[in-house]
Amino acid sequence: MAEIRLEGVAHSYDGGGTWALKPMTWTWRTGRAYALLGPSGCGKTTLLNIVSGLLTPTRGRIWFDDREVTGVPPAGRNIAQVFQFPVLYDQMSVYDNLAFPLRNRGYPKQEVDRRVRRVSGLLGLDEHLRRRSRRLDAGRQQIVALGRGLVRPEVAAVLLDEPLTVVDPAMKWTLRSKLKEIHRDTGHTLVYVTHDQTEALTFADEVVVLNDGEIVQAGEPGELFLSPAHEFVGHFIGSPGMNVLDGSVAGGLVLVGDAAVGRASGDLPPGPVRIGVRPEFVRLTSEEAPPGIAARVTGIDRMGAYDLVHAQVNGHPLVARTDAAAVREPGSVTFLRFAEGRAFLFRDAVRCGVVEPLAGSAP
Amino acid sequence: MTATLPSRRTEPAAEDRAQGKRRANRAWFLVLPVVVSVAFTAVIPLMTVVNYSVQDIFSPDDRLFVGLEWFRSVARDPEVRAAFVRTLLFSAQVLLLEIPLGVAVAVVMPRRGLGVPAALVLVALPLLIPWNVVGTIWQIFARPDIGLGGWAVNNVLGLDYNYTLDAGDAWITVLVMDVWHWTPLVALLAYAGLRSIPDPYFQAAQIDGASAWATFRHIQLPRLRGVLTIAILLRFMDSFMIYTEPFVVTGGGPGNATSFLSVLLSKIAVGQFDLGPAGAFSLLYFLAVQIVCYVFFTVLTRTGR
Repeated sequence: MAEIRLEGVAHSYDGGGTWALKPMTWTWRTGRAYALLGPSGCGKTTLLNIVSGLLTPTRGRIWFDDREVTGVPPAGRNIAQVFQFPVLYDQMSVYDNLAFPLRNRGYPKQEVDRRVRRVSGLLGLDEHLRRRSRRLDAGRQQIVALGRGLVRPEVAAVLLDEPLTVVDPAMKWTLRSKLKEIHRDTGHTLVYVTHDQTEALTFADEVVVLNDGEIVQAGEPGELFLSPAHEFVGHFIGSPGMNVLDGSVAGGLVLVGDAAVGRASGDLPPGPVRIGVRPEFVRLTSEEAPPGIAARVTGIDRMGAYDLVHAQVNGHPLVARTDAAAVREPGSVTFLRFAEGRAFLFRDAVRCGVVEPLAGSAP
Repeated sequence: MTATLPSRRTEPAAEDRAQGKRRANRAWFLVLPVVVSVAFTAVIPLMTVVNYSVQDIFSPDDRLFVGLEWFRSVARDPEVRAAFVRTLLFSAQVLLLEIPLGVAVAVVMPRRGLGVPAALVLVALPLLIPWNVVGTIWQIFARPDIGLGGWAVNNVLGLDYNYTLDAGDAWITVLVMDVWHWTPLVALLAYAGLRSIPDPYFQAAQIDGASAWATFRHIQLPRLRGVLTIAILLRFMDSFMIYTEPFVVTGGGPGNATSFLSVLLSKIAVGQFDLGPAGAFSLLYFLAVQIVCYVFFTVLTRTGR
């Protein structure tokens, strides 16, 4: 087990024309469960392959604790990696699959047997050891693939590249809790790549959001939800994603059109700004008083436990999540307020401030 | 939508339905061109051979039904038996050489970059040469006096080699020629099979610390089963029926050394015009190819399932 440090790591597949991964410095801490979250093609798999050694980064260095491994091939790094679909030596039995990495490294027979049995016990594969691995269902095959990673001693980290893609939804839950269980029992560092926010948020101690080859924010699931540091995080996490309104800062006030919605935090220079607020933190009232801004209701989605109210503000669409009980008619005019400290200001997609309540008015 | 369907279905009268059925049956006429062309290209010629094989033909007007007599005599003929063993041995050697060699070539062929088209063209080149030209090339190439290969073996390696005089040399020449000509086919098939293996398999092998041999043994070879089955069948059939190249290079000699079944058959059929024995011979030959292919196919598809 080791702390994995990336120092200015960047990767380009075409010799520097475009960068699949932009220079990043980042540390995977020992024993934590990480989710690497991002849309398809954002560089998640590239990053993972750089950690496991399948790719050598174009730039930068990688450290496992105090050992530099930038040029070390995968076999020398002691990393377990599980791929999107189950990769098995499918003419071998489950036992032989699990033993394969140990036999390649020349472990004595008893040691191989002891380790294989320990891992199969851990993963609940005991009764399948003698079976041909290709006869198992996709979920079990994926568990065997995982087991091949765990069987080696002192695994530095377990990397999972969207491992539940081929598994049917009912099995997903079982497997995910199995993974958490294994993480708890073995204390391995886990990096779980996914583009599914639910998977990421339920699984990880810490979620790393990757977009366009850059880490845009990393933090605990709650933190990403409550205080997105980047417009992308606001959009990508949460369902529906964060509302973004065009506004401006003038004289310390945040304006949408002519209406003030609050004060800008800090000493934000005047100019255009984008206001991001999650549907959960938009309040609708019928009372016209600052900082309320007028909005026209355009439609209501009844979701059962709650309603999603679609509205137009200054020509911008906006969604608010409200109690199911409230009665509103499409076409009616309502007034919006933002929950205190939950509306953020963005410039160039990066967070630059918070909307603070207007002095002397109720939030 | 669904509610209106049943009522519509009951409307047409039984008469209409019968007519519709007749009309539908006319679709069989569309099969006619295939039936006619297959009849003329395969069935009728084959039946002609069957017809010959049960008759003793003295002249077009003078023929005698002899039953299975020709089959008996061909099957007992020592010359035919020797040619059968020779051909079987040749096919076995061809498979033993070309399959491993083809797979080896496929494994070392580049997977990406400019090397891919270059390697493909280079490997495919022998396949593009007409068979009798291949024979001519080797006939000259292997000559000890003016052929580059034959001269080099005699004067550089210092071996006494002459394929027109020595039976062993003739055999080796035909075998090497076949390997040169047809290993590319095996290589291309195997290459296609290897290319279809997704990258994660190789990545997993790297992570598991598998050696190059273990990667080949446990990842590449198992996934070549399908294409190798095809390669083995094709190479068996082709080599078992080899005719043009040995005919051009050695003419079946020296002596009977390279007189394979097809060479002997054409001698009987075209050379001596013994249509009865030649017909029986052809049918037995055909049967042998079918049986061996069936056995190969069954074994290859059943093992390791």
